[in-house]
Amino acid sequence: MNFKRMLTITKKEFIHLKRDKASLAIAFIMPIMMLILFGFAVTSDVKNVKLVVFDGDKTKESRALIEKFANSNYFQVSDIVNNYDKVEEYIDKGDAKVGLTIPDGFARDVRRKEAPKVQILVDGSDPAIARTAAAYSMIIANNFSLTISGIKSSQPFKLGLIDARARVLYNPMLESAKFNVPGIIGLILQNITVILTAFAMVREKERGTIEQLIMTPVTSLELILGKLIPYVLIGFVDFLFVLALGYLIFDVVVRGSLILLIFFGLVFLISALAMGMLISTIAKTQLQAMQAAFAILLPSILLSGFIFPRESMPKIIYYIGNLFPITYFLEILRGIILKGIGIDLLYKNMLSLFTLTFIIVLITMHKFKKTLD
Amino acid sequence: MEYAISVKNLTKKFGNFTAVDNLSFNIPKGKIFGFLGPNGSGKSTTIRMICGVITPTSGSGKVLGYDLIKEAEKIKQNIGYMSQKFSLYEDLTVEENLDFYGSIYQIHKRDLELRKKELIEMAGLKGKENSLAGTLSGGWKQRLALGCALIHRPKLLVLDEPTAGVDPVSRREFWHLVSRLVKEGITALVTTHYMDEASICDIIGFIYNSKLITIDTPENLYKTHGTENLEDIFIKYVKELSNKDVVSSFKEIKASRNGDEKNEF
Repeated sequence: MNFKRMLTITKKEFIHLKRDKASLAIAFIMPIMMLILFGFAVTSDVKNVKLVVFDGDKTKESRALIEKFANSNYFQVSDIVNNYDKVEEYIDKGDAKVGLTIPDGFARDVRRKEAPKVQILVDGSDPAIARTAAAYSMIIANNFSLTISGIKSSQPFKLGLIDARARVLYNPMLESAKFNVPGIIGLILQNITVILTAFAMVREKERGTIEQLIMTPVTSLELILGKLIPYVLIGFVDFLFVLALGYLIFDVVVRGSLILLIFFGLVFLISALAMGMLISTIAKTQLQAMQAAFAILLPSILLSGFIFPRESMPKIIYYIGNLFPITYFLEILRGIILKGIGIDLLYKNMLSLFTLTFIIVLITMHKFKKTLD
Repeated sequence: MEYAISVKNLTKKFGNFTAVDNLSFNIPKGKIFGFLGPNGSGKSTTIRMICGVITPTSGSGKVLGYDLIKEAEKIKQNIGYMSQKFSLYEDLTVEENLDFYGSIYQIHKRDLELRKKELIEMAGLKGKENSLAGTLSGGWKQRLALGCALIHRPKLLVLDEPTAGVDPVSRREFWHLVSRLVKEGITALVTTHYMDEASICDIIGFIYNSKLITIDTPENLYKTHGTENLEDIFIKYVKELSNKDVVSSFKEIKASRNGDEKNEF
């Protein structure tokens, strides 16, 4: 192991990076794009859902309830109709996602302190919106009953729903961005390092320059480490960069220990680098490397719990998800960033991440030695 | 006599396939050794073993006095390898390429600056120091590749099809350079498919189907086969060994195409 030779490789790699616009874009523009895209677009937040109203009561009280819905950020009253059938029609057509029907006698029930009945129709074809919209309307209706009539919260509207009052921890506004940003950080760290390392190694193979390099005294360890150093640095800079952007744009604050977070970030970085190396030992061209990278990255996005909750996956899919380091890293990221917990609660995920990283590094080293001879 | 390359019973197997079978030869210092053979005959594997890149399955050898197996690192430090196909980083400039290899061979800074000047002069690359290697034309690329291979003043120069796809003028200039280097005491190991280049060599080895068929001076080969045409000798060996008459001469090919007709305009 000769440091000067290793750093020579590193220096050369930086020159490649400097001259290769595609790699530069992946290194520095992709993180910002991913953060903004995923942060804003991948959202299950319900905002401005179109609401159609049938007011069969037409009283001060019923208008007050409609007002409540209209004034919330969640709903936007698109129309007030004259009969119940119209409400259904609006939802059928897709002109409204939620219908609010206030029957005749609503005001009377409110005054008599009897639980008044309103019906809420929800378009269930988009389950994410349906669930949240139903929950929001219940909250609004509940609040309404408290202010108008002083009905105790234990006597809510009967909405055909169980009166379960949940208290949401860590992320009280249930903002998707809060939940997504830590995941995006993991994803960015993974994607960028895997793609860049896979490419860096395959490029030498594809262009044949490796043939010249193996004739020199450079050892494979010097070559690998020298080549990885730039990508460790880039991955690390991106990690901190996205963390800062997450705070500036989405107001996501690291509640737990930043040092612990960085430590786990580095461990995860090693596993991602090893995956990139593994791809480069198998792939012969950059095109193959790209395809192989996607074969790993796509399932890792879907199965890691980044978008879909792992708990509701079929068992076999769930176990496949266990094979990706990012699955555990996401838990760790969310744990430290959102919940502010420490190693005492994260040790299971930590052990899994360590074990998986170790295995991937072993496989990669074994494969790499074989391809050299 | 001290040999630049000396191998004995050199064999390399990949699984069941024997890529190089029991090769033995000695190449004295200061000579050009032409290593000929069809594609896939075992040339590259032999070269890789000589350069200390892969370990032989059996057999032994010394290159520049260093043991093939135990002192591969020292061998690598003292040989220069060049191939027309590979070697340069096209997105690095002429100077960056030279700097890179100089630094890989750990040449001291002051030494490297001097050596770089020499090589740029030699390769006729003056004024092109800051051009990207990828923008150079074929002949220049090739001379830059030679420059990179010579940066650490190697004692053995390994040229793996150095002139493949290079125009005739550049080819001659290149061989002129190599001859000069050999005159100065370097030993060269060359593989080529150009028979005019092979005839320049001091010793010619012919490998076919993983076996060394013959190794001799061109003059002796001419005498043995009664012709001064190395290509004919090469083809004759392949015919004999493969027991097939797959290859006819270019004259015959042309004659068969034109039939009995006279070639007239």
